[in-house]
Amino acid sequence: MMEDRNKALIEAMLFASSSPLGIDTIHQIAGLDKERVREILNILAREYESQERGMVLKEVAAGFQLRTPPEFSAQIGKMHQARPRRRLSRSALETLAIIAYRQPVTRTEIEQIRGVDSGAVMKTLMSQNMVRILGRKEAPGRPMLYGTTRVFLEYFELRDLESLPTLEEITDLGEELDEGIWGAGEGETDISEEDV
Amino acid sequence: MTPGENNSLEEAGQLDLYRIELESFQGPLDLLLHLIKKNELDIYDIPIAEISKQYLSYLEVMRELNLDVASEFLVMASTLIHMKSRMLLPSDEEEEEEEEGEDPREELIRRLLEYQKYKTAAEELGSRPALGRDVFARPEDEVTSPGEDTYIEATMFQLMDALQRVIDEADKRKPHEVTRETYTIDEGIGHIESLIAEKGSIRFGDLFSGQESRRQIVTIFLGVLELIKKGRISAVQEEQCAPLRIIPVPGTEPVSDTGAGGGQVSGEETTDDGG
Repeated sequence: MMEDRNKALIEAMLFASSSPLGIDTIHQIAGLDKERVREILNILAREYESQERGMVLKEVAAGFQLRTPPEFSAQIGKMHQARPRRRLSRSALETLAIIAYRQPVTRTEIEQIRGVDSGAVMKTLMSQNMVRILGRKEAPGRPMLYGTTRVFLEYFELRDLESLPTLEEITDLGEELDEGIWGAGEGETDISEEDV
Repeated sequence: MTPGENNSLEEAGQLDLYRIELESFQGPLDLLLHLIKKNELDIYDIPIAEISKQYLSYLEVMRELNLDVASEFLVMASTLIHMKSRMLLPSDEEEEEEEEGEDPREELIRRLLEYQKYKTAAEELGSRPALGRDVFARPEDEVTSPGEDTYIEATMFQLMDALQRVIDEADKRKPHEVTRETYTIDEGIGHIESLIAEKGSIRFGDLFSGQESRRQIVTIFLGVLELIKKGRISAVQEEQCAPLRIIPVPGTEPVSDTGAGGGQVSGEETTDDGG
């Protein structure tokens, strides 16, 4: 009986929280062992999953959060349409990818890889709290070092940086993608006149 | 480019005052990768002469569109030309080659591979469920609209490829065109929006009736860029290799703030559109 109430308590905390809850926080507030907290979180996650509910319990940014499943993105999006947020641009994604894999990294290093000025996009990412300054590099000019934030992990539903695919895996993936595209036919933007 | 600037645009009516930068417009490495992929070339054995030719013709189109050609593109152009000339050197300079010890392309290939790696990583990130777009949690401060998740957003290069094709067609049809320089970008925008209002979404190629002058085509294209930039339309593909489509962005109203002439299409120039 008591166990059920503990589970309900943790569920209530998850429901009421607007950011992922760490095991430590739940442990302190609910007064339960950390192992017990983790067990209950696992039970909850399995229940949401197996009962095909309107929420799933996800481990993001070193915490746990109730989220809607991707299949309802259209409807929930429609519900929120009054306040649309634009998707991340290609340059933002590219810059984020470099920072995520290379951090701590300087702006010059980012620009060397991308081959273009990245000042503006860095500024945007900073203002969105996706990227932050980690410190300064012990090098001439003492340039700033950048890294990703907790918001970055939350946004991309990542538990931590280690859960990103490795660059080796990425390279293989890229080759597969290319083969897919190349195999599919000549020219990727075929706008022949016939098929109106 | 706020709506307030349209008056000066209308009276100027010329393209060179009009500069557009697009977010989706990536750098020279992106362009090179695009050309390599498009021509199905081996990245480890790039035919520099051919690639340089195509690269430069892209810069030409960009210039014609008055896109801000970032200096990085020009630096790459000169690198390519330099490389090309080095590769043309007669082979009796073997000694020197041995001293330098490497293919002049090596550094470029290394950079392209490095860039491609992160480009793929970026695509991978972009395909993850995004909070506030694909999945939702109790909101802190902001939530979002879903966007067109089933579409692939077209790149600037794909748009330019499509434009080039339309221009090539037009050139074939009318080698000696007589142009009237009265077509403004606002008219182009009005033309696009009325077509979209009528049809919902439209294939890129159908924005043009085939009767336009080169100048008009470019102007309509600039209208497309402007509307994309304002977030009113998107250029998308339903899948890889599918034709480009122009679709309205949900939740935005057709333009009526482009000045008095916003929605109107210049009579004699474009209303003979077959569609």
